[in-house]
Amino acid sequence: MAYLSYPAVCVAGVSACVPQQIESNWTLPLIPDAEREKLITTTGIEEKRVVPDGVCSSDLCQAAAEKLIAELGWQKDEIEALVFVSQTPDYILPATACLLQDKLGLSKECLAFDVSLGCSGWVYGMSSVASLVSNGSVRKALLLCGDLASRTQSYKDKTSYPLFGDAGTCTALVYDETSLGMKFHLATDGSGYEAIIITDGGYRNPPTAKSLEFVDYGDGKVLTPMHTQLDGMTVFSFAISKAPKSVKGLCERYGIDMEQVDNYYFHQANMQLNETVRKKLKLPEQKVPYSMKKFANSSCATIPVTMVTERQDALRNSYQKSIGCAFGVGLSWGSVYFETNHIVVPDLIEI
Amino acid sequence: MEIQDFINHFKDVFDETDVNTLSANTIFRNLEEWSSLIALSIIAMVDEEYDVQLKGDDMRSAITVEDLFNIVKSKVE
Repeated sequence: MAYLSYPAVCVAGVSACVPQQIESNWTLPLIPDAEREKLITTTGIEEKRVVPDGVCSSDLCQAAAEKLIAELGWQKDEIEALVFVSQTPDYILPATACLLQDKLGLSKECLAFDVSLGCSGWVYGMSSVASLVSNGSVRKALLLCGDLASRTQSYKDKTSYPLFGDAGTCTALVYDETSLGMKFHLATDGSGYEAIIITDGGYRNPPTAKSLEFVDYGDGKVLTPMHTQLDGMTVFSFAISKAPKSVKGLCERYGIDMEQVDNYYFHQANMQLNETVRKKLKLPEQKVPYSMKKFANSSCATIPVTMVTERQDALRNSYQKSIGCAFGVGLSWGSVYFETNHIVVPDLIEI
Repeated sequence: MEIQDFINHFKDVFDETDVNTLSANTIFRNLEEWSSLIALSIIAMVDEEYDVQLKGDDMRSAITVEDLFNIVKSKVE
């Protein structure tokens, strides 16, 4: 079992950037009026943010990072690691992290690489960056998590298009010998790789003219092989089983008293799924913030978006014990326990 | 695992359907109240009551309540 504990590293700040453009499920023509209210109530997703043409995940992350670095008062040449988590990179190659190192004006002595994970990406990214910083050589590092989750969906797919939005985030980690560090549980089940998949456009199925043809799968599911194909039932079943086990496993392994945890940040999938997870863990509603109502599911960005939009004051003004738990495409999932002490949380950025 | 218990748990998921009409032979997809959202509630019920993870294909291959019972039973044992 992949349990990991990294001492002497903590979160210094977190920021998020979303596009200004709002798309509302109350007016989306794709959803039949007869189903609209039920769909919105059950998913808990009223609206989402969508990027205009030409804006990438990296642009949203860059804006989030610029503001966070400024409010932290960090010098750019102090930042020695940058990890970019996304499944909507700028290019097939080079790695977007390299572009971001330059665009952010970071030192050439900064290590930078991409991680291709979706919904579970923030937790995995945190473990990756924490492992680098915990060593004490790289003392300041950025984790950039962002996705254009709306762009990978078919606008003709009633079953998934309304659920996904776009966002970019930045989490700043710093070496701190007085900190308790971070604790992780990470897991994978690749047998479920088809549960959320874009089949064409990679090297298993290189793009052809056929990749752009829409296929009608019935029940309002119309998409091309270049769009995300989501088997909602399989993902739901997976998540409600694995997410609670992951959180419980982490707490048991490291002797964390679940009642003493102030915030449980779950990946924002949809309300029915998240509430099932919350109830299985018997968590009180006030400890489980949701941002999905206004920002939908933005893949690896949902946890930092939730921290910024739902817990800005508490994170800024108090000591907080938190658990983050994320699950999805891969299938991949994991949990992290971390404590924060008056961290920097800039206002939500809208570009 | 008893089919009658499974049918009772199955009935609990529905709000608007006259559950007295539900039986092992019911073709659940034809029920007026059936929807993709009800399907998720069935999956949650099976997870809660039997600790079994149903896949989308399991739900799609079952026609009657008994079919679904048999799938769940095969995963429990």
